[in-house]
Amino acid sequence: MSSVLLPGAQVLTDPMIGFDLGALARNFWALTIDGLTYGSIYALVAVGYTLVYGVLRLINFAHSEIFMLGMFGVYGTLLLLGFTPSGNAYNEGIPLTIMYLGIALIGGMIVAGTSAVGLERVAYRPLRKRGAPSLVFLITAIGASFVIQEFVHFVLPKLTNGKLGGVNAQQPIRLVEPVDVFSVFGATVTNIEIVIILSALVLAFATDRFINATKFGRGIRAVAQDPVTATLMGVSRERVIMLTFLIGGVLAGAAALLYTLRVPSGIIYSGGFILGIKAFSAAVLGGIGNLRGALLGGLLLGVMELYGQAVFGTEWRDVVAFVLLVLVLMFRPTGILGESLGRARV
Amino acid sequence: MRRSTPRLAGTALVLVVGLAVAGCSSKSSDDTGSSASSTGGTAALSIQPLVQIDNKGAEVKVDNSGTPANPAGDASAKCDPVTIAMAGALTGPNAALGINILNGATLAIDAHNAAAPDCQVAIKQFDTEGDPQKATQVAPTIVGDASIIGLLGPAFSGETKAVGPVFNQAGLLSLTASATNPDLTKNGWTNFFRGLANDAVQGPSVAAYMVNTLKYEKVCVVQDDSDYGVGLAEQITSGLGDAADSSCNAKVKTGDKQFDAAVQQVKDAEPDAVFYAGYYAEGAPFASQLKESGVTAAFVSADGTNDPQFVKQAGNAAKDAYLSCPCGPAPDQFATDYQAKFSTAPGVYSVEAYDLATIMLLGIDSGVKDRAGLIDWVKNYDGDGLARHYKWESTGELASALIWIYQVK
Repeated sequence: MSSVLLPGAQVLTDPMIGFDLGALARNFWALTIDGLTYGSIYALVAVGYTLVYGVLRLINFAHSEIFMLGMFGVYGTLLLLGFTPSGNAYNEGIPLTIMYLGIALIGGMIVAGTSAVGLERVAYRPLRKRGAPSLVFLITAIGASFVIQEFVHFVLPKLTNGKLGGVNAQQPIRLVEPVDVFSVFGATVTNIEIVIILSALVLAFATDRFINATKFGRGIRAVAQDPVTATLMGVSRERVIMLTFLIGGVLAGAAALLYTLRVPSGIIYSGGFILGIKAFSAAVLGGIGNLRGALLGGLLLGVMELYGQAVFGTEWRDVVAFVLLVLVLMFRPTGILGESLGRARV
Repeated sequence: MRRSTPRLAGTALVLVVGLAVAGCSSKSSDDTGSSASSTGGTAALSIQPLVQIDNKGAEVKVDNSGTPANPAGDASAKCDPVTIAMAGALTGPNAALGINILNGATLAIDAHNAAAPDCQVAIKQFDTEGDPQKATQVAPTIVGDASIIGLLGPAFSGETKAVGPVFNQAGLLSLTASATNPDLTKNGWTNFFRGLANDAVQGPSVAAYMVNTLKYEKVCVVQDDSDYGVGLAEQITSGLGDAADSSCNAKVKTGDKQFDAAVQQVKDAEPDAVFYAGYYAEGAPFASQLKESGVTAAFVSADGTNDPQFVKQAGNAAKDAYLSCPCGPAPDQFATDYQAKFSTAPGVYSVEAYDLATIMLLGIDSGVKDRAGLIDWVKNYDGDGLARHYKWESTGELASALIWIYQVK
């Protein structure tokens, strides 16, 4: 009760919110590396949000579920390859492991890519044909998100004889055991972290080139800038939309593989939700509609939320992430790099 | 653009199919290799009972002198057909617990009915999904069914709190095998009895065990944001006293799977042990991530993680983890019978359910015919079961309730 009289003292002694810059300084590099690892995964998922927004002005909230389906795609592919979940790491040797990971990557990409395109066909295209207002799209996206979650929760286990989906997280199949490879200023970097950061960089670069330097990319940019003129110039809008969803889905599938490498027991029907929100925030942070902004926003968000946790305490992670978002938007309402897929500057 | 898309798609399809075929054919050739290497030289881990402790953390030897009550005790028993109800989560996210309880009770009732042809007792199951609101809808049906003279349940604390007054008013015995919230016995209900220790016993007992027996001098208490986790962490922290290190009391969120900052905090503190107050869904990835980042501290947790899923998901990282539980271990014969009948191993609270159903059955065999009689029977009961000795105080708590420590081996 005395705390009511002494609110200031209460804040200082109450351990609920801490302020420990020492913890950040001590673990700066370790936190940076962990942050970059998650950040690159956020970035890949964020691309899906940002491209669809650029082309359709639609926040595809079901994209987090596409990512989740990608995780199940990766897992299902590994099951088909004959791996049995055991919770322990397999030791297949480097070449075979890379091959299996490659196949799982393709499995995840196919599942996520086709579901993204399927989602577009089933949920959004009919609305577009009828010229529904944008609010209806938003509600549909949220609804689709629930439908996909509950499908994995209740229907998928019945279809797969309990092998996939259901209440509990999938028993992990660990292809790679984390091994320390080298250290940066006392922080060790594991093989998994290297794989995640490098693959994400390669994929991000490839996507950037695809959008900025190919005919398909030009089509996407054209529709984003001015759908009517683009159509008059012979660009098929429907095809561009499909392609956009496909790219977003494929990248989410890749992100799913990378994420399951880092968090093998994260494959659960509800596992896409939090990550999806983070990726969406990353897209907004960098400037929604802006491809490079999504990549930058993802990395920044991943790193900042770990710094924030170290300083303020682990329970404040999401708060730190969103305070950062609000602060950035206060000074740059269109995000760090600005909203620009739709403008001439890409 | 229009012309090249199908070609591109075609090429991609061929590539994918080719890879899939390559993948499938490679499966058979190294199938044996992968399954052999996956075990990594360790036999399958499981949660094994270690020791029974009191609230000072000291070992209490299991007293095997008494004979556990047998539901098939009296072959010549005669009774009118009566029914026992079971209420708990049978569907929904927490169904596993309810099913453990239902199966345990079914085992006792089947044994009884097979032995006593002139006294057939039925069991009726009522699904509450573990949800207090659903439970309030189900409760009137149970109370209104005149053939029901005793209730095994409700299973969870929340639903028990919600529907307790209804059963109390109806004078229907409510014998729970799993609701462990300490406040439930403080409502003045005369029909409510708890077949195991409550949460106020578990926290201090486990804390004392860590300090006095395992000799940990520095423990990080990590909690999730559920009522259960917060309450448990509070009791553990106060029980640990100086051994609880406040520099690493990380807090995590239910539903989260990435614990890097919490892991880093623990790693910094270099504790002897980490106590995790929460459920297995987060406990398992947390344990793996601790192990992966090189933390060698012992992992200790309570009944929220005491589930085969914890071991399944954490794999080798679960090895040697200490998991407490107010629930008793399944004796070998019970486990065999249970496995044979339900083709799954007995789970948490199966043994309690069997014991409590047995107590009700013995009452029915001895001539109890109605609800009031059954409450009296349980109130005055004094006998051994598979898990422990059952004798209740007037509050509805067991006279002696102990905690079990399990270890993943």
